[in-house]
Amino acid sequence: MKALRHAVAGALAATLAFAAPAMAQQKLKIGFITTLSGPQGVIGEHMKNSVELALDHLGRKVGGLETEVIYGDDQFKPDVGVQVAQEMLQKHQVDFVAGIIWSNIMMAVSPIVTGAGKLMIGTNAGPSPLAGAQCNKLHFNVSWQNDQTPEAMGKYMTDQGIKDVYIMAPNYQAGKDMLTGFKRYYKGRIVDEVYTKLGQADYQAEISQLRAKNPKAVFVFYPGGMGIQFLNQWNQAGLRDRIPLYSVYTVDEITLPAVKEAALGQWETRYWSPDLKNPANQKYVSDYRKKYGKWPVFYGSQSYDGILLIDSAVRAVKGNLKNTDALVKALRKADFNSTRGKFTFNINNHPIQNFYLLKAVKDPSGELVMQTQKAVFENHKDAYYGECKLKW
Amino acid sequence: MTALILEQTLNGLQFGVMLFLMAAGLTLVFGIMNLVNLAHGALYMIGAYLAAGVMQWSGSYLLGVLGGLIGALLVGMLVEVVALRTLYERDHLDQVLATFGLILFFNELVAMIWGRSALYTSVPQWLQGHIDLPGDARYPIYRAAIIAVGLAVAVGLWYVVARTRLGMLIRAGASNRTMVAALGVNIRLLYTVVFGFGAALAGLAGLMAGPIYAVQPGMGELILIQVFVVIVIGGIGSIRGAFAGALIVGMVDTLGRSFLKPMLATVLSPVAADTAGPAIASMLIYLLMAVVLAIKPAGLFPARA
Repeated sequence: MKALRHAVAGALAATLAFAAPAMAQQKLKIGFITTLSGPQGVIGEHMKNSVELALDHLGRKVGGLETEVIYGDDQFKPDVGVQVAQEMLQKHQVDFVAGIIWSNIMMAVSPIVTGAGKLMIGTNAGPSPLAGAQCNKLHFNVSWQNDQTPEAMGKYMTDQGIKDVYIMAPNYQAGKDMLTGFKRYYKGRIVDEVYTKLGQADYQAEISQLRAKNPKAVFVFYPGGMGIQFLNQWNQAGLRDRIPLYSVYTVDEITLPAVKEAALGQWETRYWSPDLKNPANQKYVSDYRKKYGKWPVFYGSQSYDGILLIDSAVRAVKGNLKNTDALVKALRKADFNSTRGKFTFNINNHPIQNFYLLKAVKDPSGELVMQTQKAVFENHKDAYYGECKLKW
Repeated sequence: MTALILEQTLNGLQFGVMLFLMAAGLTLVFGIMNLVNLAHGALYMIGAYLAAGVMQWSGSYLLGVLGGLIGALLVGMLVEVVALRTLYERDHLDQVLATFGLILFFNELVAMIWGRSALYTSVPQWLQGHIDLPGDARYPIYRAAIIAVGLAVAVGLWYVVARTRLGMLIRAGASNRTMVAALGVNIRLLYTVVFGFGAALAGLAGLMAGPIYAVQPGMGELILIQVFVVIVIGGIGSIRGAFAGALIVGMVDTLGRSFLKPMLATVLSPVAADTAGPAIASMLIYLLMAVVLAIKPAGLFPARA
């Protein structure tokens, strides 16, 4: 009897001993912060959908680990973003924080995440300070640095021989970065540089002001709902046929269904488009359309890439989430099939990638889509990595 | 330059009448029922959505307008009867919380019915195009129509409030509710009517705003803050105050956004003007509100003067 009892205890102990490593291998927790409510909630919905699609493609296991994604709504407010991030770090003990649409929110949230020793994987906002002097080895950006996309447009408009241009953007970090980037590559004359309030709904006063200056061309950055409003009012003012309009992040798969013909023929530059021909992208786009019944947008492709990036790194460290240095090293390789095709990280953990010229056209079924025209930049680096002191 | 000033004045006027349509209902509800209604923006959104929905379904702009107006009226009255009646006796904090809840409810409701993406709405053919103004200025016909409708509503409201029995009750309710009830007026019915009326005006503002702005969940909150500024400046509970406040806010905001930067550039360096101009322009109406509160705490045209 005694022997039996010992045998059972021994067997139990043995089971426990074998079970121990399996239990130590914890669950992977990712906190994903985006805007899910209010007028900008549509962007967050696309990002969340894309994260879910990435999880589907990975069999709900990121890096081979059981995965839980906690979604947080920043309500388009930096202070709420900070609260949400703190809750994710303290209450949920997440290993990664990802997402974030707005540069002002990213500026507030990223230092809190990296300060807690956790990894920040930005899947949209690319404010210039975080690419330059305030870069951090724990902060990765899988989308773009803000200046890069308008730089491509500045280059294109210079190549087109456009003599002068009137430029506009909302008055916040990304708006300033966008116009700074544009001016870095645009060699003509800037007629005027106008900043409007972030989230402003009516641009009629600014449009009247603009028309009085009679510029040869106009360049704007109005993301999300602001873009819909600006384009509608631009058309209603009768300017579509009179002054050529160029933009970044203004006409996309979210705004096209709401503005329709008001955007036809519009030029944009971007690092990604649904029509990019590579297997990862074709899989993403067709599965997204199948699952959600609409076109994906760049906010989504970046978020999808963000999850795949985390997956590649966690796999590379064999699920050992405690070893942050090894994780950083693995993330820097960007060793996954991105929807944009192959890209690399610069020393400031921001992408070196291609930028394309896009045009809003009608496809054969009469639907408005963004069509890739040509590459403007190949393997384009951002302008700030020189100020970043990170050592690789 | 004169053409530009004329055009910007029209822009200010247009923004002003839009604010007035919102402020009229809000100030009446606050003045008469002593109710802080944060959900007023939700009624604006509902007007815009119903108009866009009916327009898409029927293909007729006028039917859409009718749908938006009647829909906002009915939803407003329903909300008053179901949710707000219980709140009149509670303090303002409870009202703020409850009506904030209504905002969330309606935002999610429209997102569930129509989705989170903005709806496509267009200006009807007969309102497209421009009016040519002297000095090579042009003004969109649709915005001119908004000004006309807004001013017509203001005149109509003035007539109702100043010349009819309903208006007399409204004015009496704004200055002394208890006495009105003591005189045997069915104050409950009056509340429902006034609230429905305010909701219809908000719906009108929303459906007119649809083709200019984006019809999307949460669109009401963008304008609501400015509307609160309007009624604080104008004096709570006063239609006259709402009208004056709306035009002042509309003008100050528009002219500030257009001319502050060039004006600053004449006294400051261009770089300083570039930075300070937009920042001050977006603060201007709040600065104005602070000044008005300091000089006339009850607003420019207080209802209980």
